[in-house]
Amino acid sequence: MWASLCKRMFGRSLWVYHCNSGACNGCDIEILNILTPYYDVERFGIKVVASPRHADVMLLSGAVTRPTLPLVKKAYDAMPAPKLVFGIGSCAMGGGAWFDTYNVTGGADKVVPVNYFIPGCPPRPEAIIYGAALALGLVEKQAAPIELKQLEFPIDAYERNAAWEKRNVIYELVR
Amino acid sequence: MWLWSKLRQIDMVLRAGVVTLRYPFEPSPVPIDFRGAPSWDHHKCIGCGGCADHCVARCILVRDVCQEIRVMLYDGSRCTYCGRCADVCPEDAIRMSDSYQLATGEKDDVTTRMELFMLTCQRCGRCYELETKNAVDRLDLRGFRYDSIETRAVIRKKTERFSLETLEETKRYERPVE
Repeated sequence: MWASLCKRMFGRSLWVYHCNSGACNGCDIEILNILTPYYDVERFGIKVVASPRHADVMLLSGAVTRPTLPLVKKAYDAMPAPKLVFGIGSCAMGGGAWFDTYNVTGGADKVVPVNYFIPGCPPRPEAIIYGAALALGLVEKQAAPIELKQLEFPIDAYERNAAWEKRNVIYELVR
Repeated sequence: MWLWSKLRQIDMVLRAGVVTLRYPFEPSPVPIDFRGAPSWDHHKCIGCGGCADHCVARCILVRDVCQEIRVMLYDGSRCTYCGRCADVCPEDAIRMSDSYQLATGEKDDVTTRMELFMLTCQRCGRCYELETKNAVDRLDLRGFRYDSIETRAVIRKKTERFSLETLEETKRYERPVE
């Protein structure tokens, strides 16, 4: 009984290590915000720890800049084996507005494998809670790719398009 | 005496009630003027590319795939939700919606791909010649680009002045991982 109770109480409680890899502190403020009594993520067993060696989850905020790149890798390697990485904010997701600048790796997923992305600049505290709840399996995923078409073109247009792209040198070069 | 003070403390705490938001189980309304994910109205869009021109994070890509079809791709993975695309849109086709529950495991889940029908000339039956000369380029209309949608790369240079150096510049978007 004691073991099952322990499993029920301590299972699925994510201990979180917050890693700032060059964020503007917007996302960090929102991460601190979800620890306040108003948003209170400790009801899900989420707790911020100081060391990556204690952590299950790394909250990675910020586009990984060149100076922080080895440190992020080091922190990721220091985490014990069943580990998740949450990319918080647009910078961690795709690099933000600095995705192709000289000093930015361009997204956290180019450095470490990221399991959950939470877009937003910064994301709302609710959005971060939603991401955590998604990882815990409490909510359903809502985001899905959208395809919009003004009208359905005849097949001929698409075939001409394909033929044109085949002829086009630039297209081949870019790919 | 200490017991009395503790009892008073308990009374004080109980009177305050629960302040915690029951968020993932109950919906949390957004404030007014909240800028969530931008949503496109493809019936209103005229394909001018002003949003792509004004996008700070260059996350709206424009590609003319043939004479009639213009593809506009919104790559939400690096969107900063500044709302400039909604501001600049002349037809109010872009609206900043109030959806913020966008957490996902795949980056492609926050993309919007829109295929637009570009009207052709009533006289000659074509907009511009695709391969040799580009009327839109010739007019130097801002907003016209030839972006690589597959690699999500922005190609700023015009098609006519394309060179290998331009391509090398474009490849900068992919930073080498040490």
